[in-house]
Amino acid sequence: MPNSGIDALLSVNNLTRLGQGLAVTLKLSIISIAISLALGLIYGIAMTTKNKLLYGLLKLYLEAFRVIPLLVWLFLLFFGGARAFGADTDGFTASVIVFSMWGTVEMGDIIRGAVQSIPACQRLSAEALGMTKARIYRHVIIPQAVRRFTPAAINLVTRMIKTSSLAVFVGVTEILRVGKQIIEFNMMKNPMASFWIYAFIFVVYFIICYPVSRLSKRLEAKWEY
Amino acid sequence: MGILARGDDSVEILKIKGLKKTYGGKTVINGVDLTISRGEVAVVLGPSGCGKTTLLKCVNGLESHQGGVILFNGQPLGEGGLKWTLARQKIGMVFQSYDLFPHMTVLSNVMLGPLRAQKRAKDEVYAQALELLDRVGLSDRRDDYPRQLSGGQKQRIAIVRALCMNPELMLFDEVTASLDPEMVREVLDVMMGLAKRGMTMLIVTHEMEFAKAAADRIIFMDEGVIAEESEAGDFFKSPRTERAKRFLNTFYFD
Repeated sequence: MPNSGIDALLSVNNLTRLGQGLAVTLKLSIISIAISLALGLIYGIAMTTKNKLLYGLLKLYLEAFRVIPLLVWLFLLFFGGARAFGADTDGFTASVIVFSMWGTVEMGDIIRGAVQSIPACQRLSAEALGMTKARIYRHVIIPQAVRRFTPAAINLVTRMIKTSSLAVFVGVTEILRVGKQIIEFNMMKNPMASFWIYAFIFVVYFIICYPVSRLSKRLEAKWEY
Repeated sequence: MGILARGDDSVEILKIKGLKKTYGGKTVINGVDLTISRGEVAVVLGPSGCGKTTLLKCVNGLESHQGGVILFNGQPLGEGGLKWTLARQKIGMVFQSYDLFPHMTVLSNVMLGPLRAQKRAKDEVYAQALELLDRVGLSDRRDDYPRQLSGGQKQRIAIVRALCMNPELMLFDEVTASLDPEMVREVLDVMMGLAKRGMTMLIVTHEMEFAKAAADRIIFMDEGVIAEESEAGDFFKSPRTERAKRFLNTFYFD
């Protein structure tokens, strides 16, 4: 039987290494997502400010991440930062910083949109009941904002998981880099390895992101009113 | 239920003196004096833009005022007086657009204020909410969400939501204005019922027949001032001012 090359994937050693790579991918994603959620909440609420200067600065920060490729940010911090400031950040830390800075503005923008989409009369009719500002937020504004926020936020989570693969360019041994190493190691004796390994990574990403994406759709339908 | 029987007419529940309200440079209310007695039903009429909705919103502080005082049971409202959050627990308001909370059931909508603003006991609020819902014929809809209700039903729920706070004064701001004609009646009937029970009400409306039937007194506003104030019967029969005559004439066809 001719060698299909699948044994590059099926070797226990390689699967273990891919598993370790996946763990790094997930660790990188989860840390970045957690930071983005926390800082995004602050950033998003700050975005509703009436102070034009503050708003301008926050908006500039947002646009900087929208228009400049994330990879450029990553290189700037990882290579440029090391040269300019002698900051010896490792690839993982640099990736967490850049992904979190990006995630914060995207998450913040979603939060801002959700809060501002609640009609003013909702606040007014709650005020007319004699509720305090804090209670109006807790019982009227936030529950409605969360319903509008969650589907978009989950969507962002899948994008962040996918984007974590950029860390491969700054030497982080996440799943994609492990795959490349295995392929390069097998280059001579098993040219088909690249197909099997990348197909495997393809499926792994699908298995992680698809359910998350489905969840977002379901919540969207459930909370429609 | 906190709804006081129409009793001593001399008891002033609301007294407005020299009220002024400006938006930017524009004067919307220009010196309004108004006294409402306990148990009285006062209907505010006037052309659109005359300041009647703004007047209502000033009474419960949803709009700030720039001059004059508002006394509620003799106590000044707002800065230096009774805090607005407390005043609003005694002054209920119903809006044109119902503004029920869409993420809550009918029952939760009604119970939110009593539980979260007044911090009353759940059992007691629940019993009252059911009784009030029953009174407007909607107790079977208590677990529905606002989206499942018609406009008239939503507005009746909004009235119940305000009533469940046991207000001493109710403000109604064109509550039938965005309803389909066939639903106007069911809402006005609820308000008539309240009037009969002695609820003190300050009502802004364009429903002339309702005003005739329900009002003790008509307050006719024009260009930010009270142009005429009369007994309801007198106002419709023989308005004293030219402006009121012109306004009433717009409702009749020859």
